[in-house]
Amino acid sequence: MSDILKGRTGDWEMVIGLEVHAQVIVQAKLFSGAATAFGADPNEQVSFIDAAMPGMLPVLNEACVEQAVRTGLALNAEIKLESIFARKNYFYPDMPQGYQISQYEEPIVGEGEIVIDLPDEETRTIGIERLHLEQDAGKSLHDRYPGKTYIDLNRSGVTLMEIVSKPDMRSAEQAAAYVTKLRAILRYIGSCDGNMQEGSLRVDANLSVRRPEGSLGTRCEIKNLNSIRFMRQAIDYEAARQIEILEEGGEIEQETRLFDSGRGETRSMRSKEDAHDYRYFPDPDLLPLRLEQSYVDELRVSLPELPEAKKQRFMESFGLSAYDASVLVAERETAEYFETVAEGRDPKLAANWVISELFGNLNKAEISVAESPVTALALGGLIDLIADGTISGRIAKDVFSDMFETGKSAVDIVEHKGLKQVSDTEALEAAVAEVMDSNPGRVADYRGGNQKLISWFMGQIMKASGGKANPQMVNQLLREKLDTGD
Amino acid sequence: MSALIDLTLAEARDGLAAGEFTSVELTEAHIAASEAVRDLNCYILETPEVAREMAQVADIRRGCGDVGLLNGMPIAIKDLFCTMGVQATAGSHILEGFIPPYESTVTRQLWDAGAVMLGKTNLDEFAMGSSNMTSYFGPVMNPWQRAGDPAAKLVPGGSSGGSAAIVAARGALASTGTDTGGSIRQPGSFCGIVGMKPTYGRCSRWGIIAFASSLDQAGPLTRTVRDAAIMLGAMAGHDPKDSTSVNVPVPDYEVAIGGNLKGLKVGVPKEYRFDGLSAEIEALWEKGIGWLKDAGAAIVDISLPHTKYALPAYYIVAPAEASSNLARYDGVRYGLRVDGDTPQEMYENTRGEGFGAEVKRRVLIGTYVLSAGYYDAYYLQAQKVRTRIAQDFHEAWKKVDAILTPTTPNAAFAQGEKMSDPIAMYMNDVLTVPASMSGLPAISVPAGLSADALPLGLHVIGRPFDEKTVFKIGHVIEEAANFTKTPQLIAGDR
Repeated sequence: MSDILKGRTGDWEMVIGLEVHAQVIVQAKLFSGAATAFGADPNEQVSFIDAAMPGMLPVLNEACVEQAVRTGLALNAEIKLESIFARKNYFYPDMPQGYQISQYEEPIVGEGEIVIDLPDEETRTIGIERLHLEQDAGKSLHDRYPGKTYIDLNRSGVTLMEIVSKPDMRSAEQAAAYVTKLRAILRYIGSCDGNMQEGSLRVDANLSVRRPEGSLGTRCEIKNLNSIRFMRQAIDYEAARQIEILEEGGEIEQETRLFDSGRGETRSMRSKEDAHDYRYFPDPDLLPLRLEQSYVDELRVSLPELPEAKKQRFMESFGLSAYDASVLVAERETAEYFETVAEGRDPKLAANWVISELFGNLNKAEISVAESPVTALALGGLIDLIADGTISGRIAKDVFSDMFETGKSAVDIVEHKGLKQVSDTEALEAAVAEVMDSNPGRVADYRGGNQKLISWFMGQIMKASGGKANPQMVNQLLREKLDTGD
Repeated sequence: MSALIDLTLAEARDGLAAGEFTSVELTEAHIAASEAVRDLNCYILETPEVAREMAQVADIRRGCGDVGLLNGMPIAIKDLFCTMGVQATAGSHILEGFIPPYESTVTRQLWDAGAVMLGKTNLDEFAMGSSNMTSYFGPVMNPWQRAGDPAAKLVPGGSSGGSAAIVAARGALASTGTDTGGSIRQPGSFCGIVGMKPTYGRCSRWGIIAFASSLDQAGPLTRTVRDAAIMLGAMAGHDPKDSTSVNVPVPDYEVAIGGNLKGLKVGVPKEYRFDGLSAEIEALWEKGIGWLKDAGAAIVDISLPHTKYALPAYYIVAPAEASSNLARYDGVRYGLRVDGDTPQEMYENTRGEGFGAEVKRRVLIGTYVLSAGYYDAYYLQAQKVRTRIAQDFHEAWKKVDAILTPTTPNAAFAQGEKMSDPIAMYMNDVLTVPASMSGLPAISVPAGLSADALPLGLHVIGRPFDEKTVFKIGHVIEEAANFTKTPQLIAGDR
């Protein structure tokens, strides 16, 4: 697949690196005991530490460390047995300490990688540069009262993992696949809920353009992208903007830009000259964080099966295609749903039902697998009815729609609506005889060599039976009667 | 009255236990004494009503047999400690009127032990200073006067100037201080009392307004070594709320007091005999060496080769941390706010008006040494020096059990002296800073008088968490020096 952009003066290539800020799923903040639930009233979840009262000291929350290490392991990354918290100094009204506690030169997680899934069953490995823990800032509310700014410190001190990729992506599509895969991994291990709308997952994109395989161009950083769709738009817009400048003979200015989702464009936020000097230094209130190798090993063993491994297993033990497998493992809930359906049944049939019927109905209803009115066991029950010949595959689709709407079981619906497949040989023989008797001309045509007519006879019988006739048996009986008549 | 205010902490404890007087009586005597020496400006806030209430509770507790280590003892608290419901200013305009809704761990432990709070003592602004001249609430006067020059108002040292002066003037049985580069020991020496800085991590920093986090440590100021041991016993202890607090048991320090020094080796570092050291200080040091020898200690000449780099490195590390620690005083949530049209303007107005000159100087130095392009040359280099200094001490501990030096290069100076030259002022800490940079326990014990009859201290530095040896040697110096002279400006009928 080509990632080349055609410009007026020749070909261009994007170079993209992403910084993902993921809010860690944990009961309390990174350095204080305050709660972190979303949607609390302003300043309801603020401890003296979060408000930076005089003399308050941070104490590292071990649960956050555990989540960071688990995430690092899930990214096949190096876990640093010693890491250091540093202060990043700058003034902002919603950052009460006057500094953010982050990790700078010595992050808790080093290099790793993610395999992303691209169209046509292609994959690509994207490098992870590092993962570090840091505090979130609070929120400034500028629109409550003219001339006044209100501060909500609920988010102040909430734990974030900043996951920095290497500049390994070459298109908006790859960036989208990266975020999708990263989010899936975070959700699998339960270290972040990945909810971009609520701000649990935010993306900063670093982007430059260059001539294919040429030397790197100057990059711009696009801050705070809060949906994958916006990220794609922002990347495509920004690449086009940079190419245009370069093709006009201009130069790219290294700067931080914001994406305006209303206008679909990026605009300058601050230039390199205005960039803060953060004066990072090790936080003297916190000792270096030291981990035992045995602690890391225990966490490694307790990790759940991750999407990539699950995909391979689905392909190997269930014989699924790479595409089907990757669709099914995209969400942990989906994969679990599928495995329940497939248990003791034909896995390919199960996969087809989950991917086409279930997903189709879920998408239409705009709900998630977890919210599906048809449980995995219920779908399994439906597939069982097909397998034992109680209903045909075609009838089953109608039954499924009914199940999705009413939440009733397949057996109930089939029973109640009398949809049970007719497999009674005598009844079917009678139906075949009737159709043949009423259409002697077509019988003659068939016997004269027009074998295709068999499907017309099939159709007539299925129609007459209201779709309930067992299609395999009808087919067999028709062939017997028509072929042996001459 | 003078009988009660002249008691040591240990004597007061015994008197209370014997029922010779009540805590209410003891406290009333000290409230009156504090009022009597009000001209010294030792307190930013006197809290007599709080004191009376606490004294009554202490007497009731004693009646119930619930007697804490410091039950009923009136003490003063440096105004760097957050005290619940009682103003804490750090000596700064920017925190004027700030009433903490929480109690620092150290003061919480003192109240739990039954101590009674007389008030919050004056200090250099944010503990930055060696004279108490930088306090927004005015200078503290040293209760000592120069022989033949009673008109000269002397400084009590700093930053714990108010805490040292009030104990010297008999306004409190004891007080708390904090020491970052010498802020307990130097004022202890200037005011003729005992000042003890324990090992970094021994006392919780939780609830103490931060100056330089990697150096700040709480400790007691008292009139005797035994009193310091009693006070530290109540102040020390592991605190899970302070990540740098160390979880080691707190021994009974008082049992270390007494006995000779047989079997102990005390080091005398040659690098501390630097050019600026006055002859009388040198002579006092020699005397101290003699006392320790007489008590059975072996004196060992040692070398701490990186000593001369300690002060410059300290004046990089401490301001660097301070520049960041003081960023929270922005006018947004508490303390002073001076409005502006933008948040940026509000910060500038608030901090411009709220901080004094010395604080601004150190915030600027700290900001500079952490800036891109200077970090490696200054901050990182200073941290390397710090490591070397620690290694010097580490080597020394292979040869000796403690180290003896003078506390300060000179006796108390007058208000206004050394003010024009910050470096001359910083030199006050030259002998105390190396122990601070290495987090070591150290004590200053009054050991003699200068030519103009001002107190001078000797300084004992110990191994990490070996406060007991420091107290033991300190007590030998105290006994030998027999320092009985009292300051001129003192409460009570004399």
